[in-house]
Amino acid sequence: MAFTQRHLLGLEGVPAEEIGAILDTAASFKEISERDIKKVPTLRGKTVINLFYEPSTRTRTSFEIAAKRLSADAVNITASTSSTTKGETLADTARNLEAMRPDAIVVRHPAAGACHFLAQHVSCPIVNAGDGCHEHPTQALLDLLTVRERCGRIAGLTVAIVGDLLHSRVGRSNLHALRALGARVRLVGPPTLLPREFEALGAELHTRLADGVRGADVVMMLRIQRERQSGHFFPSLDEYSQYYCLTEEVVRLAQPNVIILHPGPLNRGLEIASEVADGPYSVIMSQVTNGVAVRMAILYLLIARSKAEDAAEIEEAAEPPRRRGGGRA
Amino acid sequence: MSARLLVAGGTVVDPVAGTVGPADVRIDDGRIAAVGPSGALGEDARVLDARGLLVLPGLIDAHVHLREPGYEYKETIATGVRAALAGGFTAVACMANTNPVNDSGAVTQFILDRAAAAGGARVHPIGAVSVGLAGEQLAEFGEMQRAGIVAVSDDGVPVMDAGLMRRALEYARLFDLPVVVHEEDRHLAAGGVMHEGLVSLRLGLRGVPAAAEEVMVARDLALAELTGGRLHVAHVSTAGSVALIRAARARGVRVTAEATPHHLFLTDEAVAGYDTNAKMAPPLRPRSDVDALRAAVADGTIEVIATDHAPHHRDEKDVEFEAAANGVIGLETALPLGLRLVAEGVLDLPTLAARLTVGPARVLGLPGGTLAPGAPGDLTLVDPERRWRVDPRELRSRSRNTPFAGWEMTGRAVVVLVGGRVVHEEERPLAALRSAS
Repeated sequence: MAFTQRHLLGLEGVPAEEIGAILDTAASFKEISERDIKKVPTLRGKTVINLFYEPSTRTRTSFEIAAKRLSADAVNITASTSSTTKGETLADTARNLEAMRPDAIVVRHPAAGACHFLAQHVSCPIVNAGDGCHEHPTQALLDLLTVRERCGRIAGLTVAIVGDLLHSRVGRSNLHALRALGARVRLVGPPTLLPREFEALGAELHTRLADGVRGADVVMMLRIQRERQSGHFFPSLDEYSQYYCLTEEVVRLAQPNVIILHPGPLNRGLEIASEVADGPYSVIMSQVTNGVAVRMAILYLLIARSKAEDAAEIEEAAEPPRRRGGGRA
Repeated sequence: MSARLLVAGGTVVDPVAGTVGPADVRIDDGRIAAVGPSGALGEDARVLDARGLLVLPGLIDAHVHLREPGYEYKETIATGVRAALAGGFTAVACMANTNPVNDSGAVTQFILDRAAAAGGARVHPIGAVSVGLAGEQLAEFGEMQRAGIVAVSDDGVPVMDAGLMRRALEYARLFDLPVVVHEEDRHLAAGGVMHEGLVSLRLGLRGVPAAAEEVMVARDLALAELTGGRLHVAHVSTAGSVALIRAARARGVRVTAEATPHHLFLTDEAVAGYDTNAKMAPPLRPRSDVDALRAAVADGTIEVIATDHAPHHRDEKDVEFEAAANGVIGLETALPLGLRLVAEGVLDLPTLAARLTVGPARVLGLPGGTLAPGAPGDLTLVDPERRWRVDPRELRSRSRNTPFAGWEMTGRAVVVLVGGRVVHEEERPLAALRSAS
């Protein structure tokens, strides 16, 4: 198994073999969640801190369940960046958490790069659970696991990602990982939310929903943020949905066995019609199930790796000096 | 103070004549008296041995933030002056965005008093264009000029009201003051924290498009043309701005421009990893812009290299990227970076010297920047071979926010004279570095 990451800050630049290793590990963990007693002792005595600076029910719960099914102790901290203006800086928070000796910190933060920042300030693994408009790697990994299960492969598939690509961390993580694994990626959205620079990252750009979805094996819908109206990105949610809502009519343009993904929570009738969200091609509930497995895999791989590193360091420190000298001679 | 001084045995770089060659410089009563062949300038003076050193007119930085009054935790006039001297600058022009803003003769006078108390480098205040930098009402240019300002600028807060800018350019003609402009359309730049392009897209950071600068440059060139005012474009950062300025100059618009060392060396790739010392306004741009700026500095479209020295406390940089303060310090790294441009063949030594001396002197109407008889006896003596590594802890500025930490530099100011007096000499520990290399 090839897994060399110290942290999971993003999927950009992570090689295909490592992504494959995460997915394989996740697939093997899925069975635990099917058991009567859904718990293994793998991470017993380990502490995982969930540090969330943005409201999240689904992702935080998913990480918490993942930690608990591996017997780790999970601690949830809900912080708000507005309260930090009168209180503690992120650097100070990091130092305080570090002093409590966690084995991993899962972070969601509204600022892009916040996880990189924390990774520079603490020694334990950092797992990015969404940083601003940058990346949301575990969401993409669970999407990939779902696609791989349903389609049997990822290489060679045509995947359309539809919505607010400019601001989407889910879109970015999926683009990087899908390209690494050999899928053909189409990004679909209004020109205001679809910077041309995405082409340099290997994507095909479409501004018409029908063109983007036609012949696709997989359609990933992104959640539209209501506040984007104020940035002049589109005139109204109503007009947005007229052009970019995934309806049954549009789905019929895709491959007959197409699957539809959505990271949730759904804006029914806005970016996705209810008939599609609840239709036979929708795999949204599988995504949620796979989310737990992927997060178990990430926690396991990162903590096991950092434990192995610590052990190596201890062993090295314990070696008598003459043996090291002998090594050099 | 010795009345007569002979700087002997050095290699004199004359930015006006465009020459480099062995010569002595004689300073009488604090002013340049003569430049001539070795031994020809008389024996009656005290001698300063300049063998092995380049002798330049004192360097002038047309754009710094000294932070006093109001932000003394970032920098004071005294620490800023020490940083200037360590970098080889004998004069600096400091921007008005202090607290209170330098929008009155009283604040201008305060800055000059503090500078006099600090001693060393000459400090030339720049006054605000608008009261409180609010962009609503013209500040009293006349009163500030009587107190000693050399230009007006709302640097840091672009003037969005085109009507106000038009009147500022027009009214400044009465005092022959240049209007120094920070060009960034605030609506286009809204929320942006770096250059808008592939790197900002990858990092998920809000971008500032090149057009945010260029629409303002185009606007102000049109206004300078309309009014006949003198426009100086601060920290030009894009190829498009360079083209606009070049074309306007060709049709006779009174426009000058400056570029910073960081925009001449770093690209937006420096932000990857979310390094807050790569965050400034205008932002670092892609390689094609850097190349255009270098060409413009070489051909004279940009006649000033200025640092935009912007000290910030560690606490303002050790935060999430989007929350970090804009700006980097630059006084102590500008000269060696300039010498690197020479080493890379971008421009020759006299041209570099001109961008750091007579260029800014002309823009700001200062008497320095040349070796002409009667000019201030300000000289910067440079050891062109001195190799050193940028260690933020060793910098004289009160702040440490340099993007060049760890860079290997060649060349350094080792003796600085202001008014014929040695005001800075490199200390021993740094001289020792020479043998270490």
